[in-house]
Amino acid sequence: MNENITLTGLGVAACVVLFLSGIAADAAFQSHMLVIFFVLALAFLVMLRRVDFAPAGTAVAKPAQGYLDGPIRYGAIATMGWAIVGLLAGVVAASQLAWPDLNIEPWFNFGRVRPLHTSAVVFAFGGNALIATSFYVVQRTCRARRWGGDLAWFVFWGYQLFIVMAASGYLLGITAGKEYAEPEWYVDLFLTVVWLCYLAVFLGTILNRKEPHIYVANWFYLAFIVTIAMLHVVNGLSMPVSFVGSKSYSAFAGVQDALTQWWYGHNAVGFFLTAGFLGMMYYFIPKQAGRPVYSYRLSIIHFWALIFLYIWAGPHHLHYTALPDWAQTLGMVFSIMLWMPSWGGMINGLMTLSGAWDKLRTDPILRMQVIAVAFYGMSTFEGPMMSLKAVNGLSHYTDWTIGQVHSGALGGVGMISFGAIYFLVPKLWNRERLYSLRLVNWHFWLATLGIVVYAAVMWVSGIMQGLMWREYSAEGFLVYSFVESTAAMYPYYVMRTFGGLLYLVGALIMAFNIYMTIKGRVREEDAMGAPAIATPAE
Amino acid sequence: MSFLDKHKILERNATLLLAGSLVVVSIGGIVEIAPLFYLENTIEKVEGMRPYSPLELAGRNIYVREGCYVCHSQMIRPFRDEVERYGHYSLAAESMYDHPFQWGSKRTGPDLARVGGRYSNEWHVQHLIEPRSVVPESIMPGYSFLARATLDMDDPAAHLDANVRVGVPYTNAMIENARADLLAQADPDADWSGLEERYPKAVLGDFDGDPERLTEMDALVAYLQMLGTLVDFSTFEPQENYR
Repeated sequence: MNENITLTGLGVAACVVLFLSGIAADAAFQSHMLVIFFVLALAFLVMLRRVDFAPAGTAVAKPAQGYLDGPIRYGAIATMGWAIVGLLAGVVAASQLAWPDLNIEPWFNFGRVRPLHTSAVVFAFGGNALIATSFYVVQRTCRARRWGGDLAWFVFWGYQLFIVMAASGYLLGITAGKEYAEPEWYVDLFLTVVWLCYLAVFLGTILNRKEPHIYVANWFYLAFIVTIAMLHVVNGLSMPVSFVGSKSYSAFAGVQDALTQWWYGHNAVGFFLTAGFLGMMYYFIPKQAGRPVYSYRLSIIHFWALIFLYIWAGPHHLHYTALPDWAQTLGMVFSIMLWMPSWGGMINGLMTLSGAWDKLRTDPILRMQVIAVAFYGMSTFEGPMMSLKAVNGLSHYTDWTIGQVHSGALGGVGMISFGAIYFLVPKLWNRERLYSLRLVNWHFWLATLGIVVYAAVMWVSGIMQGLMWREYSAEGFLVYSFVESTAAMYPYYVMRTFGGLLYLVGALIMAFNIYMTIKGRVREEDAMGAPAIATPAE
Repeated sequence: MSFLDKHKILERNATLLLAGSLVVVSIGGIVEIAPLFYLENTIEKVEGMRPYSPLELAGRNIYVREGCYVCHSQMIRPFRDEVERYGHYSLAAESMYDHPFQWGSKRTGPDLARVGGRYSNEWHVQHLIEPRSVVPESIMPGYSFLARATLDMDDPAAHLDANVRVGVPYTNAMIENARADLLAQADPDADWSGLEERYPKAVLGDFDGDPERLTEMDALVAYLQMLGTLVDFSTFEPQENYR
């Protein structure tokens, strides 16, 4: 029955999209609709092949038992796949900055690849990790089956379609021109529908819970889902030129548009990349460590403080611009206050290990989660520091910002997600354990080394850039032309690419490990942390 | 602790938790963003500002499409080195017709807020086609396809109209003449009198070295050549506009 609905839906959607392509007002919209048509048509064919043509009446409906984990399994695989895509796009973009001849115009120029990279890692990798883990966590901590039946499948596949629409749009040159909110109006509308369904599934499950209390991880997930809905809708407001065209004009202009965008942009970091992943932390670290969360009171205080303060911090992206001074100062003050609730999360995560620190020797997954919390702590100290106007005067517009984002994203978000996937896969596929813990250890060290190289190189290049721009000679002349600062970046851009490459190789090792685990293979290997005992000669 | 005991109410009621979160996350945005729509120094008009001509708007759309904002800012901060390097610091009014704003967040390349008039059309075209032929250390991608691509703006009036609906004061005359203005601005043989009146200071004439065709290169260079040129800073009074 559900197959019929899906097939009909896909078929109708494919026809509509093909029709839209036919009456498109501009060439970009036409190509985009054709791309989406082929995606939908392919999905239709795949579904058609899976239809079971049993005679009517003989099919016995299987009553669903226990938790519904289908979309979570798919989500775990999608997370892994998008991680590779996003990281690869990042390595390509980094290489293009070092060796500009790698730009292939028009589709693979840096200006189009960079949004592809940011969206693929934040929304595709991060988003899938959040959706999959939130569905897992909410069922376990509420002891309730996921609400909404197949609606979760729509959320999963709808979200994948959103990613494909956004990514193919960027390469075709369809963009709203606002950082991290580049999808055009029709992609935004589609995502809104998917996201509200996600909210319904998540909230519905909580309402069906058998536990009297809502577990702390779910507070964070819930706040993340609802705030992202608000940010996305407001920042996405725009006026399309034609309802069969790709171009739209933002509802706001100039300074109003700038603050709306960074209210969105900073809280894409605050809620997508922080609140959501703190939810992940609050479930998977206690699970992996086998210890309860350190402080219940701390979690209450830091939850409310975090979500209240984060929203104010956007203006620190606009220091010394045409934004009024009072707004800049407000943004700076709240960014500094934000340091404390951020570290509240870090303390709660780290202290959960009290009494279990010895496990770090033998458990590389736990090691990954702990370093994630440590990097989260470091970047949430660096962030408030960079929001000081005096520091920001130097750091803004330079690579320093890029370095800080990556220590949080690669270190915090990436590592906590990898830890969660390593935890989930054996459970979801009923495997005794992962294929290899030694490979997890390799992944851990490659990724950590990659982040350290990346962040350190970006500090040096960013601060150097900032200092070169403002360097005056004794005679009162600017010492460097702009392009001299560009040329000075070359060795750092090469090293940065290398750091990113290490991180990508780590993720590839993980993908292999996950693949073998799902296949049910177990590698024969020495236990981690076992003292090397010389075997006596026979 | 009684305060934490009260929290149990929220923990047991998903609807309250949802509503509470939504209220808490709404406050900051409302307090910071709403005043920008009526405070004097964010909505003031400055002598010289006008909406983009159709060709400039088309060029701006190409600028957005190619993600130029990823590497170039359009926001000069009031620092000695920036003012010396790029010109007078940027005013809020200078981006009042920018839907979306393009202030940017990163200077992989230099700021472009006042790049208009600094280089010749020929330099821009050559630089866009092969950046390293004029700036050997540049790491900018090449954009030679712009010179080959015919400008695709089927209905310029619809673009102006969409801008009117988000608050840009295009007049009826501007909308009626949108197509003619689009074609005339890059045509050296056209009659520019109406265009000049509607869009003072618009840069006129062929941009890409091929007067026969209206290309995407024409539009982008027309946009770059007007950036930051509308406000006359020799008569501008900074005290009146103190921020």
